[in-house]
Amino acid sequence: MYPERDITCPALFFMSFLVSKTRRTLFSTSAIALVVGLASCTPNTPTAPPQAGGSPGAAPAAGGNTVAVSGAGATAPNPLYQRWFQEYNRQNPAVQISYDSVGSGAGVRRFLDGTVNFGATDSPLKAEERQKIPAARGQAVQVPSTGLFVVFAYNLDGVDNLKLSREAFCGITDGSIKTWNDAKITKDNAGVNLPADPITFVHRSDGSGTTDIFTKHLVKACPNWKAGAGKTVEWPTGTGAKGNEGVSAQIQQTRGSIGYTEYSYANETKLKMASIQNKAGDFITPTPDSAAKALGGAQVPADFALSVPDPEQKDAYPIVSLTWLLFYENPEEPAKTKAMTEFMRWAYSAPGKQIATELGYIPLPDDLSTKAASALDTIKVATK
Amino acid sequence: MASTTDHSSPMNRKRSATARSIDNGFVWGTAAVAIAVGLLLVAIALRVGTDALPAIQKFGLGFLVSNRWSVIDGAFGALTQIYGTLVTSFIALLIAVPIGVGVAIFLSEDFLPPRIKQPIVFLVELLAAIPSVVYGLWGIFVLIPFLRPVGIWLNANLGWIPLFSTAPAGPGIYAAGLVLAIMILPIIAAISRDAMVAVPAELRQAAYGLGATRWETIFQILLPAGFSGIAGGVMLALGRAMGETMAVTMLIGNSNTIDSFSILSQGSTVSSLLANQFAEAGGLQVSALMYAALVLFGLTLVVNVLAEIVVRRFSLKL
Repeated sequence: MYPERDITCPALFFMSFLVSKTRRTLFSTSAIALVVGLASCTPNTPTAPPQAGGSPGAAPAAGGNTVAVSGAGATAPNPLYQRWFQEYNRQNPAVQISYDSVGSGAGVRRFLDGTVNFGATDSPLKAEERQKIPAARGQAVQVPSTGLFVVFAYNLDGVDNLKLSREAFCGITDGSIKTWNDAKITKDNAGVNLPADPITFVHRSDGSGTTDIFTKHLVKACPNWKAGAGKTVEWPTGTGAKGNEGVSAQIQQTRGSIGYTEYSYANETKLKMASIQNKAGDFITPTPDSAAKALGGAQVPADFALSVPDPEQKDAYPIVSLTWLLFYENPEEPAKTKAMTEFMRWAYSAPGKQIATELGYIPLPDDLSTKAASALDTIKVATK
Repeated sequence: MASTTDHSSPMNRKRSATARSIDNGFVWGTAAVAIAVGLLLVAIALRVGTDALPAIQKFGLGFLVSNRWSVIDGAFGALTQIYGTLVTSFIALLIAVPIGVGVAIFLSEDFLPPRIKQPIVFLVELLAAIPSVVYGLWGIFVLIPFLRPVGIWLNANLGWIPLFSTAPAGPGIYAAGLVLAIMILPIIAAISRDAMVAVPAELRQAAYGLGATRWETIFQILLPAGFSGIAGGVMLALGRAMGETMAVTMLIGNSNTIDSFSILSQGSTVSSLLANQFAEAGGLQVSALMYAALVLFGLTLVVNVLAEIVVRRFSLKL
């Protein structure tokens, strides 16, 4: 059946090696091993490109001028970007955008090294980062793509609408509140039977924009918060898990746990989310609508580095941030960047925003997306 | 080197110049490959060393005894990670060595007919083929839910022992150590078994001939005779345990502080720290991570040297 060992399939190779080693004494096991080996490997056929989308309209016209744009960066908006790119490719088969969700830090690094057409980051470029951009590429053009918000997800039997005051979530994150029936938590949850179990706080162990957004809020909201704000902080308590999906899995697995994660991940894994108290003192249920209120009416700086660590609005969900895409003012391949700016205009339009809402992101308020669209005009995409 | 080849075989006189030059070429070719592997290691160590230089200059040896890892303050120390690496590997060895050597003894003796023994050998070796991310997932979804009540019981009843002084939150050093034990078990079992099978049959026959029981033969003849092989297997296993990244990152809890010596508490290892932080690191943090990697290099080297000393001492007693 297999005249040669198929080295493109490591499992099969390993199996066939074992089989030949034990064949003489052990025919039946060999047969089983062969079956296992076959089952674990698909035949060696070329794989389809990941952006193809799968719908009939996705196939680009043969020999047409397909534009392949590549970008890299933040993981938090990755589900939205993938969906956007797929949808846009379905409507414009000539444009293929590939995105590598390697994290904001790596995204910025690749952008500054000039190895991508665009970068993506959860925290806006710093002044010293702006200076490292290659001179030939001009300025960095930073535009927001969407808003995202961070929620407290928890796992507690029989408690469906946990309310956390500022005092309560500050105490949980700094480790001063150790059990669920602490007076600071029960105070706002009248009629809810909170157990005496210990609280397991789950945080991100890898450097992450989500942690950055979350700790920026803690710095504003918690007078006793000592660890500062950043992508990696020294957590005074808790368990670290890798990635938004790691945190979600940890919370799902551990009764009595609570942690922070990007809303779309918590929503997807059907975790319970706590209502938290905002600056105005109201308890706000995390929804894209309540989070969008935090972005409304804010003063936007020229580089769109809008930061609302602790929004004042009455009905606004408080832990909210924008996420950004980075372009070069003088792109090396103007045609690709031109395709990308056209994509951005689509993403800022109603269908793009519709998808953002569906996936649990905050569509940009109209005034913000209009300004961002005009910022895209400063990119020199005219073909020389 | 070349001259040894020329005189090693009586056939040499009759061989043509071409055959001899092929011989020489083979010797030099293999030498080049062997040296290249050594050089590769040196090149990696040098590169890691150069990248770590800013952190080495800033923190010096204090890096090894400080347990702060603060990106915001730019203060880095890897004590927590060094401690975590050593403790998880030690737990893993403590569990895997007796079991692995036991498996090796059982599978190298004739307790079972080959028809039953061969599948067991095969299955034990197959444990080594499971990817570490699968071990990690299995740890999260099966092992930890199973272990946590045990940990809670230990803490409640034996909490006065410093090893069990904290309440387990789920993941922790104990879970990471246990999964590491399972991961290194096949390495120890397979290599120890090979070492014991390779013990000359004359030794065994002589022992029986002198009236030794099977117990005596195993513990006084076979194990000492296979000792260097077993120790080699244990060293390979320890190397894997200290460097293992994915499964440990998923199970150890990634807490960058040592708050107690409890094995139920959370910790981190050098490799889990690297896996967690490298992607988003910048500036001095990258350099500090490289320094931590260099420390892991050093740890592995020290452990290997120690093992070599142990093996030599025991081999002399034979």
